[in-house]
Amino acid sequence: MTKATAENHNKELNRLLNKRRLWNFFLAIIIIIGILLSSSVVDVDSSRLLNGLPRLGDYISQILPQLDSQSLFLNSQIEGSLSYWYFNLPKYIKLLFETFNMALLATILGSTFALLLSFLAARNTSPNSFLYYLVRRSLEFFRGVPEIIFAILFVWALGIGPIAGIIAMTLHTTGSLGKLFSEVHENSDNKTREALKASGGNWFSEMRFGLLPQVLPNLISYALLRFEINIRASTILGFVGAGGIGQELYLVINFNYYEEVSAIILMIILTVVSIDLFSEYLRKNIIEADND
Amino acid sequence: MTDKDITLLHPKIFLPLWRRSPWVIIFSLITVLYLLFSINYFNFSFTQLLQGFGRMKPILRSMIVWNDFLSWNFNSIAIGMLQTLAMAFLGTIAASIISIPLGLMASRKVIESSLTRFIIRRFLDFIRGVDILIWALIFVRAFGLGPLSGVLAIFVADTGTLSKLYSEAADNADNKQIEGLVSSGSTKIATLRFGLMPQVMPIFISQSLYFFESNSRSAVILGIVGAGGIGLQLSERMKAQYWDQAFFIILLILIMVAIIDRLSRALREKFIGE
Repeated sequence: MTKATAENHNKELNRLLNKRRLWNFFLAIIIIIGILLSSSVVDVDSSRLLNGLPRLGDYISQILPQLDSQSLFLNSQIEGSLSYWYFNLPKYIKLLFETFNMALLATILGSTFALLLSFLAARNTSPNSFLYYLVRRSLEFFRGVPEIIFAILFVWALGIGPIAGIIAMTLHTTGSLGKLFSEVHENSDNKTREALKASGGNWFSEMRFGLLPQVLPNLISYALLRFEINIRASTILGFVGAGGIGQELYLVINFNYYEEVSAIILMIILTVVSIDLFSEYLRKNIIEADND
Repeated sequence: MTDKDITLLHPKIFLPLWRRSPWVIIFSLITVLYLLFSINYFNFSFTQLLQGFGRMKPILRSMIVWNDFLSWNFNSIAIGMLQTLAMAFLGTIAASIISIPLGLMASRKVIESSLTRFIIRRFLDFIRGVDILIWALIFVRAFGLGPLSGVLAIFVADTGTLSKLYSEAADNADNKQIEGLVSSGSTKIATLRFGLMPQVMPIFISQSLYFFESNSRSAVILGIVGAGGIGLQLSERMKAQYWDQAFFIILLILIMVAIIDRLSRALREKFIGE
């Protein structure tokens, strides 16, 4: 390499670096302006933040159980034992079971509706463009509104209880799975469907034998993912009275039953994490079985 | 070839359904049994449901018929929307900044000690196990009502997820550049800065943009427990049964979320070339 080309290379490198630095500088300024603007809108003042931090620490130390290593396994009458902390365990388990069932039922119902609608909402399988447009827009609406907003509405109409929560989650699940399912359909291979059409299959058999076998593993995997999300959602729907353990959590937080707060949150975390692990295992197996 | 020949060639395909895939039958049976069980478990009654939906008729009507539209308090709605956006922005920025060191520390490319990694990962799992609304409720207890608690809730909940995604991005980074730097004798910091960061930074930015999108949705609901934003306006109006105003706010939220989606997609395409 001659000296001249080396110099040219250096020049080019410096030019690119400078361009990049300019961009980064520009971006940094935009972000800083954004932070300043947002802070003024939400009134983040440092004194409030600093005053709140010790209170947060206090609160956390209050909700943690005072366990005593000497009396850890004694009965629920004695302070410091595990069973004193979890004296309400049967109630929690009952409520967690309800939470789990709410999420499972909403996932089953929601993914069924989503499956039925997804054929209409996918560009390559929709029988006509008006239906396609209508279904797409309504799925967007149901996906866009958070389930807890639906839950407030249904609690008002149907009364306090898990039914309101199930319907709310079903609507939201239909919206989001419907979109994901229809995208899977759109990415599927058209050849099998065309072969069925060419040999005289109707729309139904096209979907059933040409499309479904291809996309089913993906659909199940998405539905399982949604189940994980719904488990999380169903733990909080109780905040507005829509059933599940959230109702109890809301109550103990507002009435300052300190140790029960940590007891319930710990149970929720254990449930959520174990269901996540189980569903992850299932999803991996479904996808791997598909690849074989 | 006759039909019979084809059947003989592929005997499996022409078996009746219950022999071809017994799992489908078993699975459907389980589902049906479960549905029957849950009808019983939740005391599901269709008459009650129909009654409830009957009660929703005036709601549905007032969603379309807007009374005294001009006298609504647009000022508070606008402030609520701005607050929601600001909460999402601040929460995402703060979570992204803290997730860089946390995510790197949870990655096996950076920290060799599996104990440190294990502790950080379980800590992140713990954060992720608690829903954002529960965090909001706890912060409202400590910092009082208002958007600050919402920002903190978004910050904590996102740190759990973003750090995990960041650490996975770092795990999946290419080893060659890192090895090249190590073999030419660079320090640990320089290896990170020039070997790993250039690879993972675009992924980090793109993930954070995704989270800004999803936070502008979740910031909406934080107001329900008093953590500020448009959710407060919305849930107040729903409680007072101003369904027309509530529906108007929901429409505004949907429009805002759609605009942010578009913007963030455009940004991702421009800067990351996804």
